[in-house]
Amino acid sequence: MDWISLAGQLFPQGHTIVEQDNFLTGTAQVDGATVNVIGSSGHAPIGVEIALLQAQAVLATVRNFPQRPIVILVDTQGQRLRHRDEMLGINSYMAHLGKCIALARSQGHKIIGLVYDQALSGGFITSGLMADACFALPQATIRVMGLPAMARITKVPLERLTELAKSNPVFAPGPVNYLHMGGIEAIWDGDLALQMAQALRDANPQDRRSAAGLQRGGRSQAFPVAQAVLAHADAP
Amino acid sequence: MNSYLEAHARERLDAVLDAGSFREFLPPSLRIVSPHLGQLDAPVSFDDGVAIGAGRLFGEPILVAAQEGGFMGGAVGEVHGAKLTGLLQRALLERPYAVLLLLESGGVRLHEANAGLIAVSEVMRALLEVRAAGIPVIALVGGSNGCFGGMGIVACCANAIVMSEEGRLAMSGPEVIETANGVEEFDARDRALVWRTTGGKHRYLLGDCQMLVADDSAVFRQAAFALMQECHAGVDAIALTLEALEAEQQFLQDRVDAFGAAVDPLDIWQKIGVADAVNLPMLEADVFVAATAQLRRRP
Repeated sequence: MDWISLAGQLFPQGHTIVEQDNFLTGTAQVDGATVNVIGSSGHAPIGVEIALLQAQAVLATVRNFPQRPIVILVDTQGQRLRHRDEMLGINSYMAHLGKCIALARSQGHKIIGLVYDQALSGGFITSGLMADACFALPQATIRVMGLPAMARITKVPLERLTELAKSNPVFAPGPVNYLHMGGIEAIWDGDLALQMAQALRDANPQDRRSAAGLQRGGRSQAFPVAQAVLAHADAP
Repeated sequence: MNSYLEAHARERLDAVLDAGSFREFLPPSLRIVSPHLGQLDAPVSFDDGVAIGAGRLFGEPILVAAQEGGFMGGAVGEVHGAKLTGLLQRALLERPYAVLLLLESGGVRLHEANAGLIAVSEVMRALLEVRAAGIPVIALVGGSNGCFGGMGIVACCANAIVMSEEGRLAMSGPEVIETANGVEEFDARDRALVWRTTGGKHRYLLGDCQMLVADDSAVFRQAAFALMQECHAGVDAIALTLEALEAEQQFLQDRVDAFGAAVDPLDIWQKIGVADAVNLPMLEADVFVAATAQLRRRP
């Protein structure tokens, strides 16, 4: 779905979102209240500039509109794969964006992410995955990499990976797999505006994804291992 | 001199922490392994590539993690990530003097890609919760696999980073960029270019790491403690603040404005006024720091 139809369906009470060079910013009305919106479009590669633009929009929200909710609309092919970005230290820029979102949370802003088209690795980890809860549309693509590339790198035959992917959500792309692992809170179908309003009401600053992954059967170890670390005591 | 680069994770812990003080949580004897690698016929490790625990640094109690580059390049899978997250959550309860992360990682472990990606974001959030609680987090980067991908982001979430000149800190590996955009974009076999772009000296000059040290575990140990003390001397700066992030925004914008047109890191070094920039790669760490400490950019 393109961002214009998405914004229309998400925010029927009105919005001021504009797009420039694949960077989305603006405000929207939800339940009669204003939320600030940031994001990307056109499967944008996230380079240093667009990371800074998004971070700037988050900081301006924290500075000027205390506790106003923030909605992050995700459509990215991942971090930009250029020598220039690496030379400039793109990981610092990505971390900066993630830190700005974490600051907003700590200052009482509710933060909702929505993958409406693509979400890949580095572009996702400092945007939607930093939200209180991240949602996805059913046709969204979420992945670290596709199975053919994974087969090349891991040296596991593609047929085998494809077969395993049917029973184990860790390998294969897709919002349903991320839902089972707790990375996505829910997949939205039907009335998007109602679900956005509900998500903002339910937003919780605690990171509950590993517990959700256990409960939904997609990540059996993450929660118990972290709990075991908390409980570890030296033998007497 | 005790090379940090060549040491394994537990050897680094022994050399960096107070002698004999490391107590490991979920040690290899418990055999907590990745639930995903077996079905791919990939080998497992009884610590899933990371050692975590408690120890002391110059007498101060700290929590610490060390990634093992020898197992799948230190890549983060479900269990590996959960150990890091659990350690950081434990810090909120124990309130150690600091959390110390000895990072060496290629990023997300592709064999368990989706779980690894979510795990790294859980580590990021847990790390920032530790800082929010007023506990400093210090990262050391000096292993032969560097610190890439999601862990390159995690490192930059810490209060401070110590690097050796051999350490590398970046996002996408040169091979990934070359595969995506061609050898003319980034020649992964040009080791000097790779080093200039991702290595400790360049990161130090840009202000992405706070200290640049020689490849010596004893020096890493000193640097880690000095940075922890510095954090405690300015406790209000341990947690994220709006003012600090606004300053970081400006700092990172200034970098793009000043160096965005550079083609090679060498152009940047010359632009910030380093005399004889061509020979920077040859300098020993202490000579290099003496020559550049006043010139380098800093937040």
